[in-house]
Amino acid sequence: MSMVRIIPCLDVKEGRVVKGVNFVGLRDAGDPVEQAKIYDQAGADELCFLDISATAEGKETMYDVISRTAENVFLPLTVGGGVATVEDYQRLLACGADKVSVNSAALRNPGLVAEAAQRFGAQCVVVAIDVKTVDGVWKVFTHGGRRETEWQALDWACEVARLGAGEILLTSMDRDGTGSGFDLELLAAMRAVVHIPIVASGGVGNLQHLVDGVQKGGANAVLAASIFHFGTHSIPEAKRYMAEAGISVRITL
Amino acid sequence: MRCVIVDYGSGNVRSVLRGLEHVATNHTVCLSDDPKTIAEADHLVLPGVGAFSHCAHSLKSRLGVSEALYQQVIERKKPFLGICVGMQLLASYGEEYDGCAGLDWIAGRVQPFDPKATQGLAIPRMGWGGLIPNQKHPLLADLSPSGMMYFVHSYVFRPENPDHILAHTEYGENYCALVGYENIVGTQFHPEKSQQMGLGLLNNFLHWMP
Repeated sequence: MSMVRIIPCLDVKEGRVVKGVNFVGLRDAGDPVEQAKIYDQAGADELCFLDISATAEGKETMYDVISRTAENVFLPLTVGGGVATVEDYQRLLACGADKVSVNSAALRNPGLVAEAAQRFGAQCVVVAIDVKTVDGVWKVFTHGGRRETEWQALDWACEVARLGAGEILLTSMDRDGTGSGFDLELLAAMRAVVHIPIVASGGVGNLQHLVDGVQKGGANAVLAASIFHFGTHSIPEAKRYMAEAGISVRITL
Repeated sequence: MRCVIVDYGSGNVRSVLRGLEHVATNHTVCLSDDPKTIAEADHLVLPGVGAFSHCAHSLKSRLGVSEALYQQVIERKKPFLGICVGMQLLASYGEEYDGCAGLDWIAGRVQPFDPKATQGLAIPRMGWGGLIPNQKHPLLADLSPSGMMYFVHSYVFRPENPDHILAHTEYGENYCALVGYENIVGTQFHPEKSQQMGLGLLNNFLHWMP
């Protein structure tokens, strides 16, 4: 049986959470470690940190954030944002990350995916693919959706799987932030061409969207930020909803 | 008491260290690739992530480490825990990439998931799965029967002797999740990433006096 994973994602800027859950009694709502602990207790299946720091100091802080999180939370951690070299991989893994996601750097240098998979194992190589529709074609974008590449989404997915990526984090830039649900057509099309796990991201506005991502899109995991951060829905609530729809999820006490 | 995690350059050993430190009450936990330190251990842990052959080669390339492990685990029967590829290394042979011999402490081969049985399932298996005991074992004591562990792998250990399968899990097919005999155990899953369930198993390991 395949258990679908629910992965909350925390955006971290200069060592601080940008949009976080605001619970009463939380010592420091901007502290990524405090937020990670909350999601850990709530039954998240994995955690994802996306570093959106603009400065070198901010990037440096991220190592400390990962390190402190890994001391407190015994869950798989994925870290992404600005990862460019095998050395970045090495350092993040040494701090306690289990998976490292690459995006722009993989497009600039696809050899990075192969090298990281060979050195650290496919299981820790996640390739984030940001997709936007251009003239009816799914195109891969970098730099947060600002720069268009030559690649079509499904071709790039097959290429990274061939290079040794262990997982794809697929974000629809058309849907991101809209709350209108995953791009199910894109998800299902990618599911049909690669055998590695696909994490769906971008566009979740309600719990039915999570169910659709799995049942109609074939996602192995769902990543969401806003619906959890703003307290619209909790993780146990999401899991109950998915379980009632017939999806296998891990229920924690 | 001293628990030594064999640090042979394979991936994320710090998570294993943190997990064991979190549950340790009477143990000091350390990372080492020094045969002398390994010899002084009361409990031994062999982690491992990545490819079987890569891990096997790095382990064998550390001077005196496999020999020290053999002495302590096979001859002196000290409690031993292999995790993920560290569990797979117990096998006679691993078929990943070009294929490569393992420690051969438990007869069997490490092979890909059965492609027919796992048709339609994503590989690597990445995520949580149940643990179904084949026999009673001290490492599973007081763990919730409905609890789950975190798995990440594309290859599975198929022991020749079914009695060596202490617990299994299901992903398209039933396969070995906890392997062992006497003083040796290996987990295909990552207890150090499996929240309370995994920490419970690590705690059981540190209290295990086979």
